[in-house]
Amino acid sequence: MKNENLIQYIYGIADNALILGQRLSELCGHGPNLETDIAGTNMALDLLGQTRSYYQYVAQLSGEGTTEDDIAFLRTERQYKNVLLVEQPNTHFGYVITRQFFYDVFHLLLLQELQNSKDETLAAIAKKGIKEVSYHQRFSSDWIKRLGDGTEVSHSKVQEAVDNLWKFTDELFHTTEDDKVAIKSGIGVDVTQLKSAYYEKIKAILEEATLNIPDHKWFRKGGKEGIHSEHMGYLLSDLQYMQRTYPDMKW
Amino acid sequence: MTIELEQHIDPTLIPILEKVHDPEIPVLSIMDMGVVRFAEVVNDIVLVKITPTYSGCPAMDVMGEDIISAFAKQNMKAEVSLVLSPAWTTDWITERGRKALEKYGIAAPLGEDLDKEALLGNKKIVKCTQCGSTNTKLVSQFGSTACKALFQCEDCLEPFDYFKCLK
Repeated sequence: MKNENLIQYIYGIADNALILGQRLSELCGHGPNLETDIAGTNMALDLLGQTRSYYQYVAQLSGEGTTEDDIAFLRTERQYKNVLLVEQPNTHFGYVITRQFFYDVFHLLLLQELQNSKDETLAAIAKKGIKEVSYHQRFSSDWIKRLGDGTEVSHSKVQEAVDNLWKFTDELFHTTEDDKVAIKSGIGVDVTQLKSAYYEKIKAILEEATLNIPDHKWFRKGGKEGIHSEHMGYLLSDLQYMQRTYPDMKW
Repeated sequence: MTIELEQHIDPTLIPILEKVHDPEIPVLSIMDMGVVRFAEVVNDIVLVKITPTYSGCPAMDVMGEDIISAFAKQNMKAEVSLVLSPAWTTDWITERGRKALEKYGIAAPLGEDLDKEALLGNKKIVKCTQCGSTNTKLVSQFGSTACKALFQCEDCLEPFDYFKCLK
């Protein structure tokens, strides 16, 4: 397997953590109450920490003095390989929790497989991440149940979020050409194999939360190939502003 | 980023490492936290490898700098790197560390199964660090730092941190 394939494969995982971490970070100080605010930023910190481990590894694979910051801040939109789900903008708390829940369930399944990767660095990052993501999944699942099985207003808001975000879930199981090369060499996880476990888990929790499971069959994808939704440009302009304006600035 | 299977620390370096504390929990030395995985003098340079408690723990950078300055005070040059595997677990906190945590007001981590019961709110088992009562409730699974959850005592009403079990 060529380095370039491996790098692209890692972007497919790491960029999700970066972009979701960025979305959660935007909420720092804006949570509905202190505890959920702190929980959101804690999860953002875990995700950005995981992102750093992946990017440090990519920097090492790339050589030529590449740093983790170059990778995080200086790529153009189409070079980011995150799924559309994680870049969707923050609206209300029920929406933020649903986006988190849809990703956490996938994330945990993915890391549980990635820990067996033939690439020992990826396996180590995954093992570390599993411990953190288990907490994330517990948090978002609990809130799905509380909001779904809560008041009329919370129920309808979270149902609307589930209906709205459902169309982004299928992309989690899309495999790119680079993914296929990584899977073949025993480094990558074949995500198509995780699909039934994913929907089983999602459905069980939605049912417990007295929420309807959407039945629409139309799904959106593109992010994993670098084709993003209109929200991505705004997110990146926020994320990249300092490095673009003051190149190589340090804290 | 490498992998360091066995903990390996030159015993003569331990007194210096014990002077470095977690900036977020100042009563706990990095030795008591179990984050130091390797320390040895190679070619007149002290090589230290530490492992993060949580991937994004911002204290790691500070600990790295503090290790370098602790050795600099002894006129020794140190280099610090991070290792990720095996992943840190709360089992590596020493008995002395657990006592220091409790005294500081942070409840020490329970075992894995008990921890789950506590964080799911099934059992009242986390002991209040103020009055010792186990009549406590979980306020939030996430506390002031990534490694802690927030509890409140229902007897003395004091809020306190609980160090989450990580296995």
